[in-house]
Amino acid sequence: MSVQELVIPQPREITTEPRFSDKVFRGVVTTGGLSSLLLLGLIALFLGYRGFEVLRQEGIGFITHSDWSISTDDAGNVIESHFGLAAMLVGTILCSLIAVVIALPVSVFCALFLNFYAPGWLKKIMVTIIDMMAAFPSILFGIWGFLVLMPSVEYWAKLLHRYLGFIPVFNMQVPVYTRSPFVAGVVLAIMIIPIITSVSREIFSQAPLDRIQAAYALGATRWAMIKAVVIPHGRSGVIGGAMLGLGRAMGETVAVFTVLNIVFQINWQMLLGAGGNVASLIILKFGDASPYEIKALMAAGLVLFALTLIVNGFANFIVKTTGKSGR
Amino acid sequence: MTTSHENEKETMDTTVKPHSLADVAQAKSVKAPGTRALGTGLETRGVHAWFGKHHALSNISLDFAAGTVTALIGPSGCGKSTFIRTINRMHEFIPTAAMAGEVLLDGKDVYAPGTDVTKIRLQIGMVFQKPNPFPSMTIGENVLSGLKLAQIKVDNKDDLLEESLERAGLWSEVKDRLGAHGGSLSGGQQQRLCIARALAVRPQVLLMDEPCSALDPGSTLRIEETIRHLSDTMTIIIVTHNMQQAARVSDYTAFFLSDGGPGQMIEVAPTSEIFSRPQDQRTENYVTGRFG
Repeated sequence: MSVQELVIPQPREITTEPRFSDKVFRGVVTTGGLSSLLLLGLIALFLGYRGFEVLRQEGIGFITHSDWSISTDDAGNVIESHFGLAAMLVGTILCSLIAVVIALPVSVFCALFLNFYAPGWLKKIMVTIIDMMAAFPSILFGIWGFLVLMPSVEYWAKLLHRYLGFIPVFNMQVPVYTRSPFVAGVVLAIMIIPIITSVSREIFSQAPLDRIQAAYALGATRWAMIKAVVIPHGRSGVIGGAMLGLGRAMGETVAVFTVLNIVFQINWQMLLGAGGNVASLIILKFGDASPYEIKALMAAGLVLFALTLIVNGFANFIVKTTGKSGR
Repeated sequence: MTTSHENEKETMDTTVKPHSLADVAQAKSVKAPGTRALGTGLETRGVHAWFGKHHALSNISLDFAAGTVTALIGPSGCGKSTFIRTINRMHEFIPTAAMAGEVLLDGKDVYAPGTDVTKIRLQIGMVFQKPNPFPSMTIGENVLSGLKLAQIKVDNKDDLLEESLERAGLWSEVKDRLGAHGGSLSGGQQQRLCIARALAVRPQVLLMDEPCSALDPGSTLRIEETIRHLSDTMTIIIVTHNMQQAARVSDYTAFFLSDGGPGQMIEVAPTSEIFSRPQDQRTENYVTGRFG
């Protein structure tokens, strides 16, 4: 009697043949997806190519030094140049952080109000207005900030200085309160509130109804329910929204240019009327820049580009690491 | 409405009596209502409910004696769930929802102006159809979440935690992993966790809206045992589509029906009677499985 041996087969190769229509659709979608990547790559390449010469000459000093000067002879040849972005980078981060710190609580409360407190008609009106705010031209925010906001923010800045002056960022030696990073931050905050509100509102509205009911059925007040269910559910989404807003604030050009006094000196004192912003630097210098300085501005653009990418990567990281707990 | 002619026809067809269910119901001891010192209990007086213009529930007057289990049975869409949600005022969360009538807890109308609705929901707990533990909380935090949500201070949280889980029949299974997330439990365990969570705030009444419909038979059995135990200390109202379950766990059964119009209560009686000698032909048709 022979023992039959079990022959274990090789795993089969499984293939699928997509239909023609599916292939076409796949092609369209892939083109769309890759073209955004391609465009982004081309922009980075362009900035890198144009800025390479300056970057090579300045080296790491391009992001650690804070002077921006160029002298040319009568023929237009560069005699001496110093390009350093440190003050602008610090200013960019400072202004956008101020913006997020102000905008985040306002947006979250606004989103909670719209989802859980506002009557239906008011919600409709407010959502329309807030979405419109996102499309509002930034120069108008800038002008409004300059003409209307600056005088009143000056008052708040003085209060902050008087009562919180012991904290380094609120301290200042020279009483120049206008055109400060604080004013720019407030203008930016107003500009990014619509984005953060929109994202937060969306994520809050997806809070699971059965959990909301569970909380209410346990005798929760509305606020207790929001703390226990809605905020844990929406936390990662709100952080994502805040990071989107931060990205927008870092890249904002005209509004900041209108209100901020750009000074090539690193300044962490947010109330002092001396700040910096990479994008505003570009608009400030672009008009009458020599060909070589334009290369420096392109390099500055590349640095801003990299900074934005880093922030977005950081945002993704945060969203991933905090995402699971609340769902 | 069923016409009398139809009723007669149905009666002629009735040859087999639902012995099994009646036996089950009779086998368990029927409690005398109101004999326990648990307050005067819960009553509803002429409760109607609407969703917008849709009249969902008509004129329900029911007494729930303290320390009894009442099962609400009836086909889908007859207003059973709507009815129990009017009792703890969860009904009003649905936009356009409206109600009329009175819900009296210990003689006080829970809809009276000036009533603190969160207090009402502490006294009248609820367990939902689908297990819904809070996903961001651990097992222990879930059980005690009601205290936090309603801002109740308790001296001995650990004792309350153990007691609540014990009463829900879950303690032995989770006592070593109270720090794990609620979502890591099986469906049946999650539902018992939700029961423990409802018990931790010490409600007087517990509403259960098809608590076993998403569970396997084993888990269902555990929860039915839990219900039997709990009925010593509280009033329980359970909505169920499972007539065996109604027969096994309840002292009283109310039959709801909607014949196109708003849901109505057709009949309420001790459970053994509903399953052996229902007064209304429609009840009999339903409990013997002729429709629904």
